[in-house]
Amino acid sequence: MTTATPATRPAGTPSRRRVFWPGRAGHLFVAAYVVLLIAFGVVPTVYAVYFAFTDAGDNFTGFSNFVEAATDFRFFSAVGHVALYLVCWLVSLVVFVVGLALLLHRLTSSGTSKALRFLYYIPGALAGAASVLVWLFMLDPSVSPVSALLRAFGFDTFGEVVAPDHLPVLFTLIAFWTGAGGWIVVMYGALNNIPPDLLEAARIDGASVWQTAWRIQIPLLRKWIVYMVILAFAGGTQLFVEPQLLSQASVGVAGRDYSLNQLSYDFAFQNNNVNTAAAISVELLVVGLVVAGVFVARSGFFDAD
Amino acid sequence: MTVQVRASGARGSSGRRRRYAGLVAGVAAVLAAVTACGNGGSGGGAQGGFQPVQQTGGKVTVWVDATRLPAAQLYQKQHPSVQMDIVTYDGDANGSNYLQTKVSLFNRTRSGWPDVVFSSQNNEVTWAVQAGFTAPLNKGQIPEATLSGWTAGANDPCTVEGTLYCLRNDLAQTVLWYNAPLMQSWGYQVPKTWEEYQALGQRVATEHPGYLVGTAGDNFTPEIYLWASKCGANEVTGPKSVKVNTTSANCTRMASLLDTLVKNRTMSTSSVFSSDFAKNAADKILMMPGPSWFGGSVFQESFKTPAGQIAAAPLPQWAGDPSPSVGNVGGGTWLLSAHSANLKDATDFLTWVTTSDEYQGKVSPGYPAYAAAAKTWLAKQSSSKYYANDVAAPLQAAAPQVWPGWGYGQFSQEAIWASTVTPGLTAGKTIVSMLPEWQTAITNYARSNGYEVSQ
Repeated sequence: MTTATPATRPAGTPSRRRVFWPGRAGHLFVAAYVVLLIAFGVVPTVYAVYFAFTDAGDNFTGFSNFVEAATDFRFFSAVGHVALYLVCWLVSLVVFVVGLALLLHRLTSSGTSKALRFLYYIPGALAGAASVLVWLFMLDPSVSPVSALLRAFGFDTFGEVVAPDHLPVLFTLIAFWTGAGGWIVVMYGALNNIPPDLLEAARIDGASVWQTAWRIQIPLLRKWIVYMVILAFAGGTQLFVEPQLLSQASVGVAGRDYSLNQLSYDFAFQNNNVNTAAAISVELLVVGLVVAGVFVARSGFFDAD
Repeated sequence: MTVQVRASGARGSSGRRRRYAGLVAGVAAVLAAVTACGNGGSGGGAQGGFQPVQQTGGKVTVWVDATRLPAAQLYQKQHPSVQMDIVTYDGDANGSNYLQTKVSLFNRTRSGWPDVVFSSQNNEVTWAVQAGFTAPLNKGQIPEATLSGWTAGANDPCTVEGTLYCLRNDLAQTVLWYNAPLMQSWGYQVPKTWEEYQALGQRVATEHPGYLVGTAGDNFTPEIYLWASKCGANEVTGPKSVKVNTTSANCTRMASLLDTLVKNRTMSTSSVFSSDFAKNAADKILMMPGPSWFGGSVFQESFKTPAGQIAAAPLPQWAGDPSPSVGNVGGGTWLLSAHSANLKDATDFLTWVTTSDEYQGKVSPGYPAYAAAAKTWLAKQSSSKYYANDVAAPLQAAAPQVWPGWGYGQFSQEAIWASTVTPGLTAGKTIVSMLPEWQTAITNYARSNGYEVSQ
């Protein structure tokens, strides 16, 4: 982390203080992060792994907690729910984020680009739970500002809107609305990093807008897309706030025991079985790591160009 | 292209760091939530001889919900010598499990338990006894003469194998609420049997379409209708055993009554607490079977029904049934901590808050479980002039008629109904057709809570 050093001593500043530890500022910055990482990242992870392989009496139990989780009547339906949600969420994220970022990038010259960038980002600035609450109002025909639209689709009550079949789409809508704005801004930044001479060369060679996007811009965005997918996948498997809040808002009609994280939460807090809860969270960790590993390996994420 | 390489190199490393941080942070958040809660399985049971901790006196910590806050404050005002720390929490409303979560955490850290807790749920002892949290109350802590003052059966949810582990705050026996002026002007008789009730519903459908004789859209629909119909969906036969049979004649007769009325639209499928119901149906209620607290909480506060309209009658019964039975929707409980270092003051508060006329009779919004306070409470209701008839007689008569065959298990029957039957009802399925599905769901949830399930 010595790269941070020049930043702490801008060129031209007279160095009157004696330098006894050249990289100390950098180390200090990193140290704070490392302490937090260990306290809230590494230790709980290790603790959870320990819990996952032991019982309430701290005896080693092998995989029995994993078996207990997998044989619970809610487990496979939760896996199915999360998988379906992930498909909806990742596909819509990649298609719309890249599409909107490209559009935004084409609008660079006009002032609308700045306004749109800001607009896209606003929902992301709301805290996750708050923005889900906004949606709970949006989806209730009796209070929604778009109730006419909901009624046009044939939904007269909140209960009809949150029917079980609609949930993957609803959660995708909520997640996209809250999370995609930030990614659009990131993709836009990445598009700005593509040297203009490259795009100009393409234009001179007669590439259409579509060809430029498909053959130049998107391939150069590949790593960013992979990065987004990895994070969105990890976030998506941990689906919790959306169904949990929906479940509370609909007093348990929709979204109860929907995701794996909710199941883990139920095990921990309703069944008083923190070991099985830990087993589920370890499974989620492993799935997230494996998928990230595959994506990184297949995409050459860490290769220098 | 050197610029390009360096730029993407920088991106890669920052991306890597952020990816890692994001992953770890996400995982950490989940794991922290999971691991923060200990597995309170280690809390020793208090079933045997109760051994109080060393009594050092001091502050009595009391947890109440917002509705019960005036109770604690009133006690503090009347007993200034008792040191109290009054904490408000959600009262475990809607089965939030806040109390259970915290107690398992306190069991792990071995400190922090409140001395007295109010819960709006009446099934807390199903976990709290096992967690060693609740102190027994009928082993010399509270005199038998006081305990015998509760309405018959009121403390059933608090009793585990003969030992009393909590005190019931209020009762939630069901009665038939109705709009008296409307019934009179339309020339309808208040139904005494479910058969009459259904027939009246069919008349309303043709004579006054749009008006309602009840709602089947609440989570507590099974507790209002199926409990009252003696449907054996929730017969808790032991601390960890339950008998479930949702397809007996007692269940299907009520389910088909509901289906008939849902079909002719005199029975709503929305919850009385939904914004939809308040907006579209609140002024269309002719009758509504519901618990004792519907009068104050739903009609008076939520729907703002004007005074002089709402009246109460005994809940209809099935024709020829010799033993009248009603359902029950909630009714809170008070728990005394087995870890309290000031049992004297804590017990005194507990006794006062559940039995005193000053609170239960005159302030409490719900029908007091303590019979003497209930008398005062009923007199207060009559003098309020809100109701169109004397609600005291039907409420008092219903109090001991709550059918005892419906138990109080650790799993939430309301939550099971909500996620299993309500979506189907919204989608147009009949309740009768969903009874087997309901049985499977109850069985599954009961088993996952460690219950032996029989049919």
